[in-house]
Amino acid sequence: MTALHLIAAVKAPVIDYKGISPLFAIAGGAVIVLMAALFRGRFVQRVLVPFLTVAALGAAIGLTIWNWHSGDSRPIVEGALAIDPLALGLSLLFYVAGLATVAFAWRSVALRESGTGEFFALMLGSIAGMTILAAAENLVTLFVGIELLSIPLYVLCASEVRKEASLESGLKYLVIGSVGSATLLYGLAFIYGATGSTGFAAISAAIGKGVDITDPLLLTGIALATAGLAFKASVAPFHAWTPDVYEGAPTPVTAFMAVATKTAAFAIILRLFDEALVTAQVQWAPALAALAVITIIVGNVGAIAQDSLKRMLAWSGVAQAGYMLAGVVVGTRLGLQATAFYLAVYLFMNMAAFGVVIARERVSEHGDRLKSLEGLGSASPLLAWPMTIAMLSLAGFPATAGFMGKFYLISATVDGNWAWLGVMIVVGSMLSLVYYLRVIAVMWMNPLKIELPGLPRRREVQPVAGWSPEADPKAQPEVVLVTLLMATATIFFGIVPSPLFHLAHDVGTSLRALFGT
Amino acid sequence: MTVYLSIILFLPAAAGLLAMFVPRRLAGWTLVAGSVLTLAYAIVMLARFKTGAGMQFVTDDNWISELGIRYSLGVDGLNLFLIVLTALLWVPASIAAALREWDRPGLFAFFMGLGQTAVLGAFIAQDLALFVVFFDLMLVPFYFLVGMWGGEDRVYATTKLVIYTLVGSLLMLAAAVALGVMSTPAGGHISFSFAVLAQHPLSGGSQYWLFLLFAFAFLVKAPAFPLHGWMPDAYRQAPLPVILVFSAVVSKVGVYGFLRIVLPLLPQASVHFQELMLAVAVVSILYGSVLAFSQDEARLVLGYSSIAQLGFILLGIFSLDPKGGQGAVMQMVNHGLVVAPLFLIIGYLAIRAQGRESLDWMGGMAFRAPVLAAVFLIVALATLAMPGSSNFVGELYILFGTFQSKIVYGLVASAGVVLAAVYMIRFFQRSMHGSVGSHVESRDLALGPELAVIAPLVLIILALGVYPNFLLHRINAFAPTTQQAQVALRR
Repeated sequence: MTALHLIAAVKAPVIDYKGISPLFAIAGGAVIVLMAALFRGRFVQRVLVPFLTVAALGAAIGLTIWNWHSGDSRPIVEGALAIDPLALGLSLLFYVAGLATVAFAWRSVALRESGTGEFFALMLGSIAGMTILAAAENLVTLFVGIELLSIPLYVLCASEVRKEASLESGLKYLVIGSVGSATLLYGLAFIYGATGSTGFAAISAAIGKGVDITDPLLLTGIALATAGLAFKASVAPFHAWTPDVYEGAPTPVTAFMAVATKTAAFAIILRLFDEALVTAQVQWAPALAALAVITIIVGNVGAIAQDSLKRMLAWSGVAQAGYMLAGVVVGTRLGLQATAFYLAVYLFMNMAAFGVVIARERVSEHGDRLKSLEGLGSASPLLAWPMTIAMLSLAGFPATAGFMGKFYLISATVDGNWAWLGVMIVVGSMLSLVYYLRVIAVMWMNPLKIELPGLPRRREVQPVAGWSPEADPKAQPEVVLVTLLMATATIFFGIVPSPLFHLAHDVGTSLRALFGT
Repeated sequence: MTVYLSIILFLPAAAGLLAMFVPRRLAGWTLVAGSVLTLAYAIVMLARFKTGAGMQFVTDDNWISELGIRYSLGVDGLNLFLIVLTALLWVPASIAAALREWDRPGLFAFFMGLGQTAVLGAFIAQDLALFVVFFDLMLVPFYFLVGMWGGEDRVYATTKLVIYTLVGSLLMLAAAVALGVMSTPAGGHISFSFAVLAQHPLSGGSQYWLFLLFAFAFLVKAPAFPLHGWMPDAYRQAPLPVILVFSAVVSKVGVYGFLRIVLPLLPQASVHFQELMLAVAVVSILYGSVLAFSQDEARLVLGYSSIAQLGFILLGIFSLDPKGGQGAVMQMVNHGLVVAPLFLIIGYLAIRAQGRESLDWMGGMAFRAPVLAAVFLIVALATLAMPGSSNFVGELYILFGTFQSKIVYGLVASAGVVLAAVYMIRFFQRSMHGSVGSHVESRDLALGPELAVIAPLVLIILALGVYPNFLLHRINAFAPTTQQAQVALRR
């Protein structure tokens, strides 16, 4: 009786079901996928479950677009989440990354060994966490999101249960990820202690008025939270786990982690620093700038010596995180837009690159090593071109989206009086040429084949690493298709970037506290 | 009839793209057709060009309004002949390419076409960001062209080439963005248009560091003395048609950048660093000439002589004198016109010397190939700026300009004129006179394709030697704002 009274006395939160509907689609999808996979049978496992996953993601994309209103920012669930273009825009990236991952994982060993339903349900669970994270308006929601994102990923990393490296990767990620989460939680507690509030808006207001920005409690909190988030975003010097975990995890999971997790981490970094803590920008900006510089240099230098493509992409991901961090540091609307823009570009070019790695490692005896791409330019151009485009874009060549992204980031840094950070981005790009160009050289300029100009040469297709090359793209059309789509998007948005700029501009309107146009 | 610059700009790339999808043996000729059409259209443009009428055939559309980047094209007295030169020299290069058998000819044609579009874009662009896009885009096709179809050490050479040049380009990217953002008045909309940027000059301090970043990029591209490390490898390894256009046209983009961007937009810094740049120019002239004299490989003779010639052009530009600037632009055209046939001649010589391009393998060819020798002589004399050649007029103007502003550098540079004679004559003698090389074939220039490719270029050299005013009359090197630099200089 008393319990009922209590329930009646508590005012239930008003829930905007429209705003939260994408999350329902993802979370509901996870449950349905898990249930459906209980039925045995080839059709269910091979077709129905992946289809349901795709349907859930597709529904989420549709519902997200339905919610999209430029300049709109609706608090839902009593201010725990915000539905604004920043949350929606980045959620779209998670969903697209999820779709790509479904295609990548469809024929993977991990899927067979861990069970289709479990694999996809965990992936959807992780995406649900990301969706919450991108919309978090509250320290508690932030932490819930981070954990919901991370825990399924620990399992996914270890989903290739008969491979030692995969298990090791999962364990390593679990240990390091837990340390990161603990640090973050500690920091959040300090921030709450200093400001007396968990809501981002209230924190931001408190720092300006009641709380001194040099308050040691607050600064300790910011430092610990930065460290915790830096773990998730693999920002140096908290990046050490990245190459090992990326290398050991099943490659589709690596692709998902590299793109979606990083985007989610940046979503919350943007929200926390450019919204909750924006009033303390003078305090954290120099520290983040230093982190960005360290990340750019460490990531690029680390990538140079790598022979494994997955490790190389992991290091390059570290470096790219440094570029994007520069967009956060400036703390202007332009910086927010540039970071969001770069996140979208990052998705396209990395998914294209990972797709090729996946397609190659399944058929090549060299696995994910650089050698597996040897002579790919003549053997299977359908894979060589996307990889080339991805590498050129990551290096920032014009006519690719990567160039536009860098251009935007540099103009944001100069505009926010952080011009030297812009120069650091450029210096990082120079270092990165060494390893990105090497990939292209291996594919197209195989040094083993020497031909003198002027001598007619028979056109020959060399079997690459023991695999009949012509059968190669046809054997896994879904991987090739996704790769081609991503590469096309990379080129398209390098030449016609305006649609992406409009979206980034909408995203920029989300955080009202920022300066700028 | 209006001239649409977009057609000139994208026709080569379109032809290259088409070449990827036509049958193998037609791929090369598709590219040739594209370059010939481009040349024809460029000649129409030249005919319609009104001397002294400022920017013409302007195309100006929004490309990326969020970043203030406009798709802005135009032709004036500065880039007119460089555009025509690009269109012209791609024709022999693509014919030379089509006459050979290549592995994957469609791809080769595609990259050649893309390269032409990128070079033309850099010359035509009237927006700083657009210029940067094309300037960097240029690297992609040449990276593949050298890396896929080059000699034995091609991967090393092309990687070195791209890293050298892209380091410069990326610094320039940062400088360009900074220039655009910093010259935007508070609350104004950002713009990268050359015309708009010139109206909002920056303060001295920021001009200085921007100047250094731009100068680095352009000097690497040229290449000038301390930044030429990529040159010997790239020249040695690149396929002949590729190095032909690279040396004749692409190297001009860098020095063109000084005239189009650095001088008008950073006038104070240009005056401030004038002596530094003149020193770089003079050292390049002497260093290039001396090394050209001591090379045994024919390509490297041309490579180092290009360093010297581009030193002259740089000298003319940084004399900050209208005559010197005019001479510099003229010399850009002249150098392109002589270097292209010289590379073709190297190709012809190599065919007659067992495919070797070393001077040691040649010799005594004048008797066995008299027409080739005659053609070579004409071009060689033009290269060393014999009076009566257009190069003579160009160098004279450059030296005039330098004597007007900084006489010491002019005096030292004059020595370069003499050195040019020394290394060109040595090149000619070693290949044409003396004892006959042991493997030299006795076969003259075939009247068919071989002569047909080179003859028009030689005729143009002769015609310009007779009537250099055709160039001089239309060239206007300095944008009006550059006059400010001169005023600052005189004070």
